[in-house]
Amino acid sequence: MLSIWLNVVVQGILTGLLYGLMALGLSAIFGVVRLVNFAHGEFAVVAMYAAFVLFRAWGVDPLVAMLPIALVFFVVGFALQRTLINSFVGRPDHEQFILLVGLAIVLVNAVLIVFGPDAQPANLPYAFDSYMIGPLLIDKVRVYAAVAALAVCAALFGFFRFTRTGTAIRACADNLVGAAVIGLDVRRLYAITFGIGLACVGAAGSLMVTIADAVPSLGPAYTLLAFTIVIIGGLGSMAGALVAGLLIGVSEALAGFLIAPSMKSMFSFALLIAVLVLRPQGLLGKKPA
Amino acid sequence: MRFDNRTRPSRRQVLAGSAAAAAALAAPAVVRAQAKTIKIAVVLPRSGLFAAAGQSCHRGALAAPKVLADLGYAVELVHVDFESNVDVARTQTERAIADGAQAVVGAFESGATLAMAQVCEQRQVPLSINIASVPQLTEQGYKYLVRNFQTNAQLVSGGLELIKVLMGATGVQFKNAVFVHANDTFGTAQRAAMDRLFPAAQMPFPLLESIAYDPKAQDLAVEVTKIRALAPELVLVTTRSSDAIKLVRDMVRQRFEPKAIISPGSPGLYDEEFYQALGPLSDFHLFNLPWANPKSAVTQALAASYKVANPTNRFEVDCFNAGFTFEAIMVVADAFKRAGTADGPTLMKAVKATDIAEHVMTGGPIRFDEKGQNNNIQAAVVQNRNRTPTVVLPPDVAVAAPVVPMPAWQGRS
Repeated sequence: MLSIWLNVVVQGILTGLLYGLMALGLSAIFGVVRLVNFAHGEFAVVAMYAAFVLFRAWGVDPLVAMLPIALVFFVVGFALQRTLINSFVGRPDHEQFILLVGLAIVLVNAVLIVFGPDAQPANLPYAFDSYMIGPLLIDKVRVYAAVAALAVCAALFGFFRFTRTGTAIRACADNLVGAAVIGLDVRRLYAITFGIGLACVGAAGSLMVTIADAVPSLGPAYTLLAFTIVIIGGLGSMAGALVAGLLIGVSEALAGFLIAPSMKSMFSFALLIAVLVLRPQGLLGKKPA
Repeated sequence: MRFDNRTRPSRRQVLAGSAAAAAALAAPAVVRAQAKTIKIAVVLPRSGLFAAAGQSCHRGALAAPKVLADLGYAVELVHVDFESNVDVARTQTERAIADGAQAVVGAFESGATLAMAQVCEQRQVPLSINIASVPQLTEQGYKYLVRNFQTNAQLVSGGLELIKVLMGATGVQFKNAVFVHANDTFGTAQRAAMDRLFPAAQMPFPLLESIAYDPKAQDLAVEVTKIRALAPELVLVTTRSSDAIKLVRDMVRQRFEPKAIISPGSPGLYDEEFYQALGPLSDFHLFNLPWANPKSAVTQALAASYKVANPTNRFEVDCFNAGFTFEAIMVVADAFKRAGTADGPTLMKAVKATDIAEHVMTGGPIRFDEKGQNNNIQAAVVQNRNRTPTVVLPPDVAVAAPVVPMPAWQGRS
């Protein structure tokens, strides 16, 4: 029985890492640009289809495809911020909301037109393989996806901590006026941040296709999931997003195992409500001044 | 421009013209009622969650006109997609009737069929159900509905009885079982039927637990872990094709190998999507369902027409969905021929009086009781063999012997 428990927890951790990566992009964008990307889930779905096409047409493994897809998403995010979203920064929340929901609708319908509404499984050659480590039985795809997610997260944390651009972006997040006063190009840094946010979601979507079928209708569910994780972790806190992703992954797995699998997503929202009541700024978020 | 006396119409001419125009406007209703061809809206989930099954039903509908024409029936089919969405099913049915549909066939999914039944009842247009099993459909007093399909209770009780037949035929005794079901309308109705009928069926093994899952879940890893923890020898499932794929995929990943996976009356295990996604891992799963009777002349005619209409698909795989959809259309066509009119109440009276001896699916003549339910349908045990559904029981219709326990996942080809 202990081995079953261990399996459930490990499954939750592996899924949680992927959830964390998915939410990281949303958190980065909000932390710096102060804008909630309501098209986040739809971008993840586009990435899933991109990975699906690369695999089906040219046999490129989604774990490899993740890199070019993230790069393309970075460019798209950068361009989108410079051309469209930048003019909405600082405008009322409802205007930003409408803009991004509109973008989400455009994306999901474009996917529907191109691929149709049906689920598209990647059918990877190792999709059915698993590792047996002592009493643990772990899906190969989940391990690969989680390791890749961890690598992307580490690279992102490294970028923000050790590069000049990363430090400048953090300066923008901490004190926008101060950053502008010392001559930082805030608009460019915003665009880079939006690009990084989309690159994260591009990578997460590519990895997601290894464990789930690509379906256009997944977008809102992913947005909601990422949003829940970001609120639990603390708006703008990237470490918080990762921790909350893990927490949700494990709590969903345990709730599904102990209570009822069909009720597992309910626990994410129960956790969200608990955090909002007990610690409104999120687990690792800063208290508003 | 002005009229002179010669071109200006007289009052009498205006009156006559108005009468003629009124008659012309009224004519479609009369002509519609007396037309030689009946216009039937075939409402199916051809996209969305139930797309695979909906498309399969649609292929049966495409093959139907030719077979029905040869049998002396004339139908005009209007194909409607309700996108696996109950609200769309309701509005599309309204629209189809407004556009002149004189009968409705559908809808594979119980929730959508319930919504359509309300519309058909209000508009007094007969609804011939192809596939939908929730008991409410024939228990809520609808007057404009017939169901040539089994109820959840009939599916489950027939399915459980056939498990006993299977155990007797193979000599394999299951020590215990787990029931896994989607928590949608169909799945929860199947669960209710299972809760009620399993004890009554006096099965020779206990049901350890019933596990509900969300059919829209990304994967069923936790569900399979939960099943694995219970270590059942038999897994009873109520699935659709997309979640059946997820279920088997996670069973293989977790190296969980029960003696058998049996669906006591649900889809999912015999869809082309299932075979394509899982390849050899799709073999040896069992499902106890009514199936196409290969000895019926109508089945053979439908199979031939199906091949022409759908050259890239297999009738052997589609015959459950295609067969019931064909029969639902046939019921309306036959009633229209007997009634001689598409007037709703008269046509419905004829539909209720249906008595078709020669048809596609296994079982006796298609007849409806006072609630509109056909109780003459019989199930068979079907097993996937070489990615083809193969009837393995009862012996009089079987074309192969059942294989239980199923072979290990590893080493299949």
